[in-house]
Amino acid sequence: MITSQLPALQVILPLAAAPLCVILHHRTLAWVIALLVSIFSFCISCALFNQVLSENTITYAMGGWVAPWGIEYYIDKLTAYMLLIINGVAVLVLLGARRSIENEIASDRIYLFYTTFLLNLTGLLGVITTGDAFNLFVFIEIASLSSYAMISLGKDKRSLYAAFKYLIFGTIGASFILISVGLLYVVTGTLNIVDLSEKLLIADNRATITTAFVFFVVGIGIKAAIFPLHLWLPDAYTYSPSIVSTFLAGTTTKVFIYVLIRFVYSLFGYEFSFFVESFHYVLMVSACAAILYGSYLAIKQDSLKRTLAYSSIAQIGYMFLGISLITELGLMSSLIHIFNHAFIKVGLFLAVTAIIYSYNTDSIEKIAGLAKTSPFVFLLFIISGLSLIGVPLTSGFISKWYLIKASLEADYWILVFIIVISSVLAIIYIGRIIEAAYFKVSDKQTATVDLDKKIPYLLFVSLVFISCINIYFGIETTLNVDMASQIANELINK
Amino acid sequence: MDILSSFNYWAVIILMMIGFYIIIANNNLVKKIIGINIFQTSIFIMFISMGKVIDGTAPILSESATLYSSPLPHVLILTAIVVGISTTALALAIIIRIHTAFGTIEDDKIQQEIK
Repeated sequence: MITSQLPALQVILPLAAAPLCVILHHRTLAWVIALLVSIFSFCISCALFNQVLSENTITYAMGGWVAPWGIEYYIDKLTAYMLLIINGVAVLVLLGARRSIENEIASDRIYLFYTTFLLNLTGLLGVITTGDAFNLFVFIEIASLSSYAMISLGKDKRSLYAAFKYLIFGTIGASFILISVGLLYVVTGTLNIVDLSEKLLIADNRATITTAFVFFVVGIGIKAAIFPLHLWLPDAYTYSPSIVSTFLAGTTTKVFIYVLIRFVYSLFGYEFSFFVESFHYVLMVSACAAILYGSYLAIKQDSLKRTLAYSSIAQIGYMFLGISLITELGLMSSLIHIFNHAFIKVGLFLAVTAIIYSYNTDSIEKIAGLAKTSPFVFLLFIISGLSLIGVPLTSGFISKWYLIKASLEADYWILVFIIVISSVLAIIYIGRIIEAAYFKVSDKQTATVDLDKKIPYLLFVSLVFISCINIYFGIETTLNVDMASQIANELINK
Repeated sequence: MDILSSFNYWAVIILMMIGFYIIIANNNLVKKIIGINIFQTSIFIMFISMGKVIDGTAPILSESATLYSSPLPHVLILTAIVVGISTTALALAIIIRIHTAFGTIEDDKIQQEIK
């Protein structure tokens, strides 16, 4: 009985809990609610995942209005896979959030952080589950508006300007997506994604469809921060409260890459996107540029968070590179990397959150020699760092392995070089941080270091958990690799 | 003739570019938000003009009419207007806080201060 309502519950649960946090107006209660909701939400996504494995697709007619007239929630393997990632990240981030949030957000605004967090979660889950193109736009805006608000909650005044910049970029991106949805509606007279894909095949107005496609790609490019459209990302990740950067880095861009995959494969159609519009060349060039540019700039930063932000731009490049190969293996490697990178980046950002919490600094120079005073945090940072570089026995290795295999299969030798060069650059930028923490001796006295402010217990638990995930998926890959291969197979051979 | 028959799209494109130009070229944060509003409004007009069916009447069921305009774009745009208003409200709230923090809402001065 209740199982048939799961797709709706997935989205409504965090939406209903968000105003509860405002009404209760209590920072610890708000945290408890947010954590409980995210755990419930995670359980729901697990149940949906199980259900999808046996039934393949679940459709849910919102309010009993049958598609294509009503809004339909459409869950297939790709959806369930993404829901699992987003909810998993949300639970782990919230688990470690409390102390760090109390430290980095003014105490009268803390409950608002949990409210916006839950709204953001609603938006992201909604974007994933909905099967209606206009509903997708609304959820994108829910997710985006709440993330602008979350970024601007920080004590650092630069976070305000970062949020404003993101707002301008994000609104233009969302408007482009809206134009695209409008043009598709003109051509087909429907908004349901499944229905749209069927009607687009027989539509004769190719010019309008192409225009819609271009608007969509540029809009999603801004939201997902693909190379020339990434300008909002470094500031937004650097100046926002650490927990906010952690959550955004783990989820937002990945959800928009999911939207791209969903539209390209299920809506516009694989043939149209790649063979008629030669879209993959554009994607490949900008992905390669993103990989090299992001990795290179990551080396030159002196802030920990900014280094990770530029590294994110490079990693987004990897995900797009996999898609641009237009092979089953390429799409599969991209999906695996979405999964692995979500946990790698959250691990790195959470470690940085712990460092900022204990030492109140974000600068690579100032962490000199700190590995001696908090060895465990840096050990966990190294585990995620090695995974980012792609050392064997970590999850990052698996993604790079499949990406290289896919590039070779598609006969793009040069891409292998680019991946290797970028891995070397990753060794340098992660190595710089590790070198500073382990081998440099701080010239200033450690008197400024507040050793009493130990790492919060729960943050530590969540960090250990993520490190375990990073190692586990480097050894035992049945969950993500098998799932990704099934999804890729279904999307391409549909 | 061809240009005239699709004059609504021309109006939309011109409005959109005006809005876009303001966002890029103007230094004042509030004016950037005005630009965003014009930009979004052009999209709303595009949607609404798309819903018009030539010779169609308002979509109210009656015996005298056989052809109706499509009501769906209007409904969608009501939602999009709400989204637009929320964006504007949030942006203005952030601008107020930028003003208290930096003492200015001129883009170049804020960027100088951040560097």
